[in-house]
Amino acid sequence: MNWLNQSASETQITHKRRLWLYAFAVAVMLFLLAPTVIVMPMSFSQSQYLEFPPREWSLRWYEHYFSSPAWMLATATSLKAGFLTMLVATPLGTMAAYGLYASSMRAAGTIFLILVTPIIVPVILVAIGVFYVYAKIGMVNTLSGLVLAHSILAIPLVVVIVSSALKSFDLNQEMVARSLGANRFKAFALVTLPQIKFSVITGALFSFLTSFDEVIIAMFVSGAQNSTLTRNMFNALRDQIDPTIASISTVMIVVSSALLAATQLMGRGRKS
Amino acid sequence: MSAAAKPHARELKSDARRERLALLGLCSPALALILVIMVIPVGWLFWLSFIGESGDFSLENYARMIDNKSYFRIFRTTFEVSVLTTAICVLIGYPLAYFLAHLPQRMANLCMIAVLLPFWTSLLVRTYAWLVLLQRKGLVNDWAIGLGLWDEPLKLVHNLSGTLIGMVHIMLPFLVLPVYGSMRAIDRDYVKAAANLGATPTQAFWQVFAPLSLPGVLAGSLIVFVLCLGFFVTPAVLGGGKVVMVSMQIANNIELFFNWGAASALGVVLLAATFAVLYAASRIVKFDQIIGGGHGGS
Repeated sequence: MNWLNQSASETQITHKRRLWLYAFAVAVMLFLLAPTVIVMPMSFSQSQYLEFPPREWSLRWYEHYFSSPAWMLATATSLKAGFLTMLVATPLGTMAAYGLYASSMRAAGTIFLILVTPIIVPVILVAIGVFYVYAKIGMVNTLSGLVLAHSILAIPLVVVIVSSALKSFDLNQEMVARSLGANRFKAFALVTLPQIKFSVITGALFSFLTSFDEVIIAMFVSGAQNSTLTRNMFNALRDQIDPTIASISTVMIVVSSALLAATQLMGRGRKS
Repeated sequence: MSAAAKPHARELKSDARRERLALLGLCSPALALILVIMVIPVGWLFWLSFIGESGDFSLENYARMIDNKSYFRIFRTTFEVSVLTTAICVLIGYPLAYFLAHLPQRMANLCMIAVLLPFWTSLLVRTYAWLVLLQRKGLVNDWAIGLGLWDEPLKLVHNLSGTLIGMVHIMLPFLVLPVYGSMRAIDRDYVKAAANLGATPTQAFWQVFAPLSLPGVLAGSLIVFVLCLGFFVTPAVLGGGKVVMVSMQIANNIELFFNWGAASALGVVLLAATFAVLYAASRIVKFDQIIGGGHGGS
């Protein structure tokens, strides 16, 4: 084993003396991956009790999910809420990030902090606060109310992601475009936007997932025919371990992995 | 000439100022939304927390928190769970980040999937997965008994240990990403120089590498700790009612007792505690490091 005695870093430590670190790191990575990976095969079990590996395979729990009107309605609500949140948060967040960067005023730092506070404020506070206000104006259980509340959580993510992309962007390029006759908006759309496109799309995906995964606000302000998927899952979890949830979870894992893979592939295309 | 140039310059300056203000105005829709949906409702809760049962101004909601032992216990649980989760995350996340930072970039990106995939997977799905794995007849008990680690099925879920396992799993990426980012930014020539000057690998690590990676660790643990303070879903599902965090008590006060005053007062204290932690930390770490650090690795 020649490799074992080779130097592993700038200090002369050998790979052999580092083996414990490698083993530990692999164990932690398994800890991170295992739960999501193991739930997937379990969802194909025939049994009422979740087993791994399943003794008998079946699509029973998927049938149950896809043929249940209640679960389908909740899925549709979640998809709608996620999509609308993306449509609200992405332009608002991108505009704000661009404004902060281009204005280069001292107030920009303070405004940035205000824009990201929703990350820090415990969600339960936003949830009951919004519930209280919505109850007064009759917006509880409406899709628009849910989307507005979710947008608050998504905007900070878009602002942070787009801001960090703008940091490496030279505004003089816009000046050039404008001196050649483009107006302000055209300069942004044709010169700046294509260069920060990747971050805007990442921000949009995060907005969608933020809304799609959100439980606490949905618990308070969504209900009846506008109850979200995660709200129903959470309520089902408190009662018993229903294998249908394993199948829903698998669908959700596949969807979010596909989104992650898509952004990674796109990211490969951009300059590193 | 020069007399005409001066007002011209002033006009240009005020023009530039107006334009910068207009650009700053691009923030206003986002700010307005945050004001209406977050600041006003939370401000309303602040107001409600000072209204007693009689409908007049009173401090009874806060007095209850001091008099009632159970409230004290809830705050202590929240604090303990947050500290433990943060500590475990640092203990297992730091070596992982170190390992990743020393891999060739290509390999590191591949291994990063292990950190990013959970980050992208629904929090509820991951909590559910742990519920399934840790139950009495779950996989962890089965395998541990099969391997002879313990003889009888242990009660791993619906208690503190289940809550901690789930929370560490959810919080770990928030720690690993900034730590990894700060480690990648370290100039390895420093370590080389230390080795060259006769430091053993251990000395080089503790005296050179570790201090340089400290800002990342501080930023990561701060974000983990603050997010833990307001945690709800994971302790509610994996704690089985035995681990009651402040945010769960707030929800209970509304859902079960319709007691807005009590819930609001708890919320105000939780928010104040969160801001106090952030303020204390901002004296040590720079804010843009904390916020920017979360996506340093992606």
